[in-house]
Amino acid sequence: MSASEPPPNTGGGRRWEPLGEVPALDPLRHPGRGVALGPSLALLVGTKKGAFFLTAGPGRERWTLSEPAFLGHIVHHAVLDPRDRRTLLLAARTGHLGPTVFRSTDAGKSWREARRPPAFPKAPAGRLPQVVEQVFFLAPAHASEPGAWYAGTTPEGLFRSEDAGDTWEPVAGFNEHARYPEWTYDLPYRLAGQPRGGPDGPMLHSINVDARDPDHLVLATSDAGVFESTDRGRDWRPLNTGSLATFLPDPEPEFGQDPHSVKLHPVDSEVWYQQNHCGIYRMERSIGRWVRIGENMPPEIGDIGFDIALHPRDPATVWVFPMDGTQVWPRTSPLGKPAVYRTRDSGKSWERQDRGLPRRGWWTVKRQALATDALDPVGVYFGTTSGEVWGSADEGASWRAVASHLPHIYSLEAAELAA
Amino acid sequence: MRVSLPQPLLSYTDQRREVEAHGATVGELLDDLDRRHPGLRFRIVNEQDALRPHVRVFVNRRPVAGLDQPILETDEVQILQALSGG
Repeated sequence: MSASEPPPNTGGGRRWEPLGEVPALDPLRHPGRGVALGPSLALLVGTKKGAFFLTAGPGRERWTLSEPAFLGHIVHHAVLDPRDRRTLLLAARTGHLGPTVFRSTDAGKSWREARRPPAFPKAPAGRLPQVVEQVFFLAPAHASEPGAWYAGTTPEGLFRSEDAGDTWEPVAGFNEHARYPEWTYDLPYRLAGQPRGGPDGPMLHSINVDARDPDHLVLATSDAGVFESTDRGRDWRPLNTGSLATFLPDPEPEFGQDPHSVKLHPVDSEVWYQQNHCGIYRMERSIGRWVRIGENMPPEIGDIGFDIALHPRDPATVWVFPMDGTQVWPRTSPLGKPAVYRTRDSGKSWERQDRGLPRRGWWTVKRQALATDALDPVGVYFGTTSGEVWGSADEGASWRAVASHLPHIYSLEAAELAA
Repeated sequence: MRVSLPQPLLSYTDQRREVEAHGATVGELLDDLDRRHPGLRFRIVNEQDALRPHVRVFVNRRPVAGLDQPILETDEVQILQALSGG
C-alpha cells in the first residue's frame, strides 16, 4: 500500500481482511476474500459469478485456481496495473445492485470498494439523463501516469481515475462532446425504437493508450465504432473509414459500426487491429483506412468473432477465435468445431490452430476473453461462455484445458505479478 | 430510526440486518445511511437520484413515491430488493 493510500477502514471505501486458511468460503460474509497471489504469471478471469485467478510459474505447466473473489458479482473485467504489478481493479455489479469498482493494492490479498465509482453527472439541459448500468472495461493509463486509469461503461461513458481506481471522474471531452448524442442515443436506429446496443447494452470498450504518446487515446463503442483523441481525451473524432456496418442503410457510414475489440500494437502503435461485427480489420494509422484482412480467412469459417489478441512483440502476428455469424448468429464456433486462427503476415494468410481443443463444442469466447502473455514463446489463452479456460504455451500450436466448471466467462487477462 | 436492509446489502453493515439512520425525508435517510455505511447508497440509488430497478423502499409497509417523501422518527423503514441475474 502506498503512502498516499488511506488507512484501512477509514475514508469511505470498505475493506476486507484476508482470511488466511479459512477452509470454506461463505459468500455472504466474505464477498471479497483475499486471494493472496504470489509472484507469478496470472490469468485474471471475470465471470458472471465473480472473479477467479489462475497462477503458474514461467513454464506454464501447472496452474492453480484461486477461490472466487466477489462470488455472485458479475465481473466484466479484472485488470492488473502493469506499472506496479500489484494493483488489481475489478469492474463489478450484480443483477440487483448498482455498478462499482473493487480494488486491491496488494495483488488480491485485500480489497476495497472505490469511494466514488464511475457515474454520470446530472444531465445538462437538452441532454438525456444517463445512468451507468455497468462498468465494462478497465484500462491503465500511460506508463508516465502512475495511478491513472480509464474505465468504459454501459451506456457509453468514459471515466478517468487519478488515484488507482478509488475515485472516478467523467471524461467530459467524450461524454459531453457536441456530437455525443449523435454517436449514442440519437443514433437513427435507436430513435426508430430499435434495441440499444448488444445483449449487454451499448458499451464503451477497447480503451487504448498509445504507448508512445499519453495524449493519443483510442476507444470503441458497440453502436458507433472507433474514436480517436490526440489531446488526452479533450476532443474525439470517429475513425471508421473502410470498416463496414452491413446492418445499416449505409453500409460504410462515418460512425455506426460495431467493433467488438480494437487494439493498438504495444510496440508499434502505427498498427491497429479490430475484430468487428462485420469482419477482421487492420489499419496503418498514417494511412487511416481499415483494411478487411478477414477476407483472407477460409470462406467456410468467415471472419466474425468477438476478440483479437496481439503478439506482444511482433505486430504482424495476431490470433482470433472465429464464431458463426451466419443466419441468426449462433455465435458458437463454425460447425461447432472450436479453433483459434493465427496470422503471422498481418492478415495475408491464416492458419487453423485446434490441436487439443475438443472436436465439437458449442460455446462462445467473448470480446475480452482472448489474451496473450508476454513470455517467449507467447502463451495464448481464452475463456468460454461454458466456463472453461484454455491455454497454449506454444503460440497456439497446441491447447489444453487450464480450468473448467467456472461460471460464464466475460473476460480474461494475462498478467505478470510482482515478486 | 431503525432501517431494515435486504441481504445483498449486509456486507456494508457488518451483516446487521437492522441499522440506525436519521433524516426528514427518504433521501436524507439514505444519505445518512451512506455516511454510516459508505458505498451503500450508490448500489441502490443511481446518479440521477432514482431508486435502481430492483429496489423498493417501504415506510410503514407502504411503498414510497420518491426520495423527497417526508418521514418521521417513529416510522418503520424497510429497504427491499428483488433478486435478479440468474
